[in-house]
Amino acid sequence: MSTKEQQVQEMTNKIANFISYMAKVLPDDVQEKIHELAQDEKNPMAKSIYETMQHNMDLAAQLNRPSCQDTGVLQFWVKVGSNYPLLGELEDILREATYKATQEAPLRLNCVETFDEFNTGKNIGLTAPYIHWDIIPDRDDVEIFPYMAGGGCSLPGSGKTLMPGEGYEGVAKFVLDLMTSYGLNACPPLLVGVGIATTIDTAADLSKKALMRPVSSKAPNEKAAYMEQLLEDGINKIGIGPQGMGGDKTVLGVNIEHGTRHPSVISCAVSVGCWNHRRGDLVFDKDGNCTVKSHKGVTL
Amino acid sequence: MAKKILTTPIQKSDLEGIKPGDVIYLTGHITTCRDMGHRRVVEEGKTLPVDVKDGAILHAGPIIRTISDNEFEVVSVGPTTSMRMEKFEYDFVEKTGVRLIVGKGGMGPETARACKDFGALHCVFPAGNAVLAATEVEKVESANWRELGMCETLWTFKVKEFGPLIVSIDADGNNYFENKKVEYNAKKEEVLEELYKHVGFIK
Repeated sequence: MSTKEQQVQEMTNKIANFISYMAKVLPDDVQEKIHELAQDEKNPMAKSIYETMQHNMDLAAQLNRPSCQDTGVLQFWVKVGSNYPLLGELEDILREATYKATQEAPLRLNCVETFDEFNTGKNIGLTAPYIHWDIIPDRDDVEIFPYMAGGGCSLPGSGKTLMPGEGYEGVAKFVLDLMTSYGLNACPPLLVGVGIATTIDTAADLSKKALMRPVSSKAPNEKAAYMEQLLEDGINKIGIGPQGMGGDKTVLGVNIEHGTRHPSVISCAVSVGCWNHRRGDLVFDKDGNCTVKSHKGVTL
Repeated sequence: MAKKILTTPIQKSDLEGIKPGDVIYLTGHITTCRDMGHRRVVEEGKTLPVDVKDGAILHAGPIIRTISDNEFEVVSVGPTTSMRMEKFEYDFVEKTGVRLIVGKGGMGPETARACKDFGALHCVFPAGNAVLAATEVEKVESANWRELGMCETLWTFKVKEFGPLIVSIDADGNNYFENKKVEYNAKKEEVLEELYKHVGFIK
């Protein structure tokens, strides 16, 4: 086996191991936030729901099982250095790792081919796992954000291209209307990802990237960060609570990612992560050494 | 307070006095049935291969480990979004005589009408807690319509004190989520009025 083949094999194994792990253990930032929300909650039913959630997280780790049965369709956001040596192999590596983790974890078989309407039985399909690529100039490493997009929290996903006259007020209304309709059933407390950009696809893409940021992070732009806080406080005040059954807090966080817009439009889109927010963050250097940023104490 | 436990077969009279927001548990049998199971019964007119009369269904698609051809283990099983079945649930309850529907989130007026007309409950198993639920399954008793794949197969579980199940629609058709939604929407309007004052970034 050549050195390159060996590196591909090792990377596939490590990513497969990580996918299995992240199906069972939530990232550090999400665990901390859930703990904080549970501590602050006053509503008795909501408090008991948080206790159930904590019990489930403990059982999942202890029994080595996926914490939620819906392990999603796998998505990867990849920030790859232009000089990264395995750029051409990466898509196959991610596909193979997904298949391998599906057998090992095990994950649910979630890939249905559209129109032909059959489950592939492998948890990979014609276009799954989905990979979003960003090329980073002059770097030789790769950062990978694996994400399990479950059905329940994918369902609220929507977007709208607004007229500028509707403004950011229109964006706020769009987000809050989703919370009181689809948000209830999407397993709150939610991470709400908002994308604001020019066409609907650009906004949708950013709304998903927003879910890859840590739950308590703030947008670098001051006004965007201010709007994140306003939306977070606003959604919490509605009182939807865990499982939509009422409670003091409803969100893990609101993350806004934004871009340039055409003067005639302001597009907004929302992607939502459930409380069981299975998102990872790992970096491979050019020699294949791996650092896990999202979960401390993991050995792959 | 003693745990309120329903045991299958469930009689209509067993549901008396149970109100939205109450927490109950289930002992006996429960069968997973979601999008395809409902569609087949209601739209295709097929008979459910499992008798759920006076029984329970679970809106869920589990992760199952196959041990042998007829032997299975539940790895993780949590509820899925019940609202997807709203379109079918009135006819489904009428045809099957099911007494207890367990899922995630609320259901709408048609399910509430079914609960009232035929004597049934809709309950929420707190979602995302799939390992907890799996540990409350004693045995996988049967698997039907397996051609639908792991997620849509009708898995019949023997369960003991399966829960917590939070009642969302009672047998009088009172609907916890529909009442809550009125509250949430009123609050949302207040919140938006305030929010609008702070986001006038286009000047």
